[in-house]
Amino acid sequence: MRILVPVKLVPDLVEELVIDESGAALDMTWVSLILSEFDDHAIEQAILLKERDDSEVIVVAPDVEGADDVLFTAAAKGADRLIKLVGDFEEGVNNHALARALVPLVRELQPDLVLTGVQAHNDLDGPLGPLLAELLELPYVGYVAGVALSEGKAVVRKEYPGGLLAEMEVSLPAVLGIQAAEQPPRYVAFSRIRQAMQTATIEERPVEELDPSGGPSVERLYQPEVGERATLIEGDVEEVASKLVEIFQKAGVL
Amino acid sequence: MEMATITENRSFTETFYASLQELPDGERIRTCLQCGTCSGVCPFGYVMDFPPSRMIAALRANMFDRVTTSDTVWMCVSCYACTQVCPSKIPLTPGLLARTKEELLLAGEVPAELQDALANSQRYGNPLGESPRRRADWAKGIEPEVTIMARARRPVDVLWFVGDYGSYHPRVQHVSRALAKVLNALEVDFGILGSEENSDGDSQRLAGERGLFEMLAEKNGRAFRKYQFNEIITGDPHAYNALKNEYPALGIAYPVRHYTQFLVERLDQLKPLLKRELKAKIAYHDPCYLGRANGVYDEPRALLSAIPGVELVEMSHHRATSLCCGGGGGGMWLDGFQWEKARVRLSEWRVREAVAVEADILAVACPYEPPRFEDAVKVVPGAERLVVKDIVELLVEAMDL
Repeated sequence: MRILVPVKLVPDLVEELVIDESGAALDMTWVSLILSEFDDHAIEQAILLKERDDSEVIVVAPDVEGADDVLFTAAAKGADRLIKLVGDFEEGVNNHALARALVPLVRELQPDLVLTGVQAHNDLDGPLGPLLAELLELPYVGYVAGVALSEGKAVVRKEYPGGLLAEMEVSLPAVLGIQAAEQPPRYVAFSRIRQAMQTATIEERPVEELDPSGGPSVERLYQPEVGERATLIEGDVEEVASKLVEIFQKAGVL
Repeated sequence: MEMATITENRSFTETFYASLQELPDGERIRTCLQCGTCSGVCPFGYVMDFPPSRMIAALRANMFDRVTTSDTVWMCVSCYACTQVCPSKIPLTPGLLARTKEELLLAGEVPAELQDALANSQRYGNPLGESPRRRADWAKGIEPEVTIMARARRPVDVLWFVGDYGSYHPRVQHVSRALAKVLNALEVDFGILGSEENSDGDSQRLAGERGLFEMLAEKNGRAFRKYQFNEIITGDPHAYNALKNEYPALGIAYPVRHYTQFLVERLDQLKPLLKRELKAKIAYHDPCYLGRANGVYDEPRALLSAIPGVELVEMSHHRATSLCCGGGGGGMWLDGFQWEKARVRLSEWRVREAVAVEADILAVACPYEPPRFEDAVKVVPGAERLVVKDIVELLVEAMDL
């Protein structure tokens, strides 16, 4: 079987996020990008399926800073083909545009399964998976935490709120939104990544036009604002503690 | 944890055994007497399926796959206790143990707990997963201002390699600020690399991540080459070990000293500044990578003895027999894994020894130790009043800074 994993790189929250002059977007000069956590799980699930069923795994990333590292790391884990969508991705695109950019590639490669991360922390217009499934007219199951493949179908384990699990059968080809791989994403030794950098090749696919229509537009991006009823207690640990005690006493809880 | 077999191939043992013999002093492994001293002295030897001597027996019996399917090599805290006592002088810690972990790691067999620290080191250049841009934040507000090399663009006498925990761990940042104060008081012309500094990589290397170690070393080497300085000092014995013993083989060779060695040389200048009496019984814990691995025992004690009012006492394990805090060789990032296997913490054992000699203060000289021992103090009965301090923090107290 052939498994396609389109991944997203999202702002790394280890670095402080800065809002740009427009007041409606992140200042990308200060942002470093990291593989979306759920996409890491999608890659892991694809590699697990490959190890079990001898599938072919293709990982696709948009051409942004850090994409090569993500792709070579995927190769070191066992991905067979690496593809980079080359276009105007640097300033960030929404999922509508990314889904449309992926359609020709998916049609060309005809994968049996498309694994996406169920969500990413910068999804403003819904997750990528359902948008892609809609455009491709394929079935979609989200919040998946386990996949078993057989001829023409997959049995997937879907997580529901409240601790419920469902096993459902989905005909292939299909798009899945991976909530968690069956095991945590594996660590791959740095020397293996270095090896992949020397041996693996990244195929580049130009994307002429990015069409974000259908997604919302951001009018204002801002830090959480202090509410009227919130009080910020200042001072060292001792001072803060004694003020807290005072407040608790006044409120009658102490 | 389930461990998959690396290979059933009979030749794996032979290939691996041969590769060990190519390491520095590696041929000594053939002179193993099977005396078992290494396994006996190992603080976790009793919970390992294959402590060092049994690992060698398995190699000789062509059954090393039994070792690689056991996960107990991850109990090794790379403390050099086995290497120190081996009558055949076999490089057990840096050779056999580190290479075995490396083989497991290359095969993807690495405890999940350890993965984060390694992945963080790959991405951020520090195992804590902190922003590289904030590596020098600990130095904010110190007067006179700490020189950051990229900003100052001038030669300095001493380049201070601060290290990961000294840069980011809130408890150990306090130690870094103390050392900055002492260096300032002694009017030392020093600078730090700030965001250009990366993890020294030594603990990652001893946890089996050789490739990562080399990548980090190369990054540090590139930063060193940009600036002019006469020597490197560090408060981190792991960084000291890497810079002194491992980096030169990668073409990164600079004179390096632990801060205790550096300060002892300035004891005449330092002594008159130690005005305040610290009436305390102090037990000094020899860090593995300062003591056993590098033979620095006297300098830390000389500094402590210079503080007025201090009575230095020795714990039952001291100098070459010092007991590991449990943080080395990846132990810092395997606390849960090791606890599940052993149900004891080495740091607690050590704190009990400090209590036994009725120490008021457990003095340390390694950034792994203040948080580890302070955690242990919270759970060891009778240790309630034991204070854990880095030597340089005690100097600052005595200097009334």
